[in-house]
Amino acid sequence: MTENAPNSFRNQPDDRGHFGQFGGRYVAETLMPLILDLEKEYRKAQADESFKAEFDDLLEHYVGRPSPLYFAPRLTEELGGAQIWFKRDELNHTGAHKINNCIGQILLAMRMGKTRIIAETGAGQHGVATATVCARFGLPCVVYMGAEDVRRQSPNVFRMKLLGAEIVPVTAGRGTLKDAMNEALRDWVANVHDTFYIIGTAAGPHPYPELVRDFQSVIGKEARAQMLDRTGKLPDLAVACIGGGSNAIGLFHPFLDDPEVKLLGVEAAGKGLDGDEHAASLAGGFPGVLHGNKTYLLQDEDGQITEGHSISAGLDYPGIGPEHAWLKETGRVEYTSSTDEEALEAFQLLCRTEGIIPALEPSHAIAAVAKRAPQMDKDQAILMNLCGRGDKDIFTVAEALGVEI
Amino acid sequence: MTRLSNAFAKIHPALVAFITAGDGDTASNLDALVAGGADVIELGMPFTDPMADGPAIQAANIRSLGNGTTTADVLAIATAFRERHPDVPLVLMGYANPMIRRGPEWFADACEKAGVDGVICVDLAPEEDEDLGPALRLKGIAPIRLSTPTTDEKRLPTVLDGSAGFLYYVSVAGITGKQAAAIESIEANVSRIKSHTDLPVAVGFGVREPEQAEAIAKVADGVVVGSAFIDLVEKHGDDAPQHLRELTSRLAEAVHNAR
Repeated sequence: MTENAPNSFRNQPDDRGHFGQFGGRYVAETLMPLILDLEKEYRKAQADESFKAEFDDLLEHYVGRPSPLYFAPRLTEELGGAQIWFKRDELNHTGAHKINNCIGQILLAMRMGKTRIIAETGAGQHGVATATVCARFGLPCVVYMGAEDVRRQSPNVFRMKLLGAEIVPVTAGRGTLKDAMNEALRDWVANVHDTFYIIGTAAGPHPYPELVRDFQSVIGKEARAQMLDRTGKLPDLAVACIGGGSNAIGLFHPFLDDPEVKLLGVEAAGKGLDGDEHAASLAGGFPGVLHGNKTYLLQDEDGQITEGHSISAGLDYPGIGPEHAWLKETGRVEYTSSTDEEALEAFQLLCRTEGIIPALEPSHAIAAVAKRAPQMDKDQAILMNLCGRGDKDIFTVAEALGVEI
Repeated sequence: MTRLSNAFAKIHPALVAFITAGDGDTASNLDALVAGGADVIELGMPFTDPMADGPAIQAANIRSLGNGTTTADVLAIATAFRERHPDVPLVLMGYANPMIRRGPEWFADACEKAGVDGVICVDLAPEEDEDLGPALRLKGIAPIRLSTPTTDEKRLPTVLDGSAGFLYYVSVAGITGKQAAAIESIEANVSRIKSHTDLPVAVGFGVREPEQAEAIAKVADGVVVGSAFIDLVEKHGDDAPQHLRELTSRLAEAVHNAR
């Protein structure tokens, strides 16, 4: 922790949407009035009890919250150190934490009188969650997805279609998640009058990083109360994987002012941090501006954005939410990374010891837990957010393990 | 900056011509635009993620980066242009990240040395001006801002505060090179802007044909054309200059004689 640590880590961003030097509103002028409107409407919603009541009701009865807190006895025993607890957000409707945020944003969209929803997606989890809430509320939904991802993630593409969404394969640029986000922004610029952009992670122009964090904070709020209830104390360490960082900020934020709780974010180190094939923006990137915010980015010396790589499509993004960039610089959260190989091992470890098939994204966090737990005492506790289930990943894992299915 | 004000002080409206640096033989292409009668040159700095641009300019960015264009190359193109054309205003247009990568002071200094008169940073909202604006102003380089159909009466002063050179009115809510706006809407918006500022107003996005350019020039101080030139660069490669010069001449004639 730096010497001049703030009194609270929970009162960011400032009124201009800055988390320290990060965050902000870096968008084309066409979008600025809408972004300012969104902020105004979000402030009103925050003060509106009926908005909160509807959000909570949907989370309980539609998403299935609160998600369980699960003690993992065999994994704990196998690792031989700290007790390991999982926040089971993979049991949510649609199989990941993404839905929490989509519920919040579609309620905002309707408050603002918007009649059309757009979203970007990489592996398809956020696209599926967005298509789901659009079906639930009867709004048309357009999902931008890199052409290559459309090919690789055909089950999710079909899911979105079943849910009534239109999928637009993006061939612009290199046809990846960041290009899908560029294309969604282009759609939004041209349709600001009736369209709401449901951003999938805690990034983008202010107020997105703040509102996505707030909607995802249900994870940490529940987990904090559940840990107190079940163990009588707070965890010694809380761990989450990070692509854009929405599940991690959702877990961490309610713990930021509990100094006894160490926080560990786990980026995707891909094939290793020493090469170019990773997606660890904090470990291997530099501050810059992309997609509406200032944050750590994978980029070259001229500020051109470079492609991330991870076996997990959900972590494969060259940026990270601005609050994480700030939390790194303040020292409140420690950030580390796991490679593709480590994540694959951790994936199998959880299948074998606990009968849970995790998504490849939280498998990166499990790998970090597997390193930390043995170094800790048996009376200490680790809380990890199991943010997604692995059904979607079995083909990728089979291929990586050289198995034909 | 004086070069910019001189360009807009001419007796006729100005033709502002855009091409992307490093896409084709940029020096020859720029010379063709000047020879054809362009009054202001906008030189695009390529970026991997040109969020506000349509397919034509996106592709130009990718081609340029594919050719290995660096920031140093863009600045060298600007420097050489300034040597060949001491009086033609030159504006760099691009996205924030490549501009601030080495720090705003570095970029402003490099622009000054290259003889750049103004900078348009598409994704730098006035609210984030401190990332680049103060450094540019210190070197006498105009931060040129964009106003759009969604920039309402209440917001316009925020956009104008700290703007210099000219105001770029984006005539459609959308990306570059797509549809054009109705002339009635352009006229109303330009006169609305002019009631707030003495800055010249140039209108762009979706302008391709001399007839459109002429109609806009009747109601604005300048007309910006980009994607139509980019299309010629893509189509004709090394033979682009003669085609650029021909289109520029037709556009310039239409714009200069509009009123």
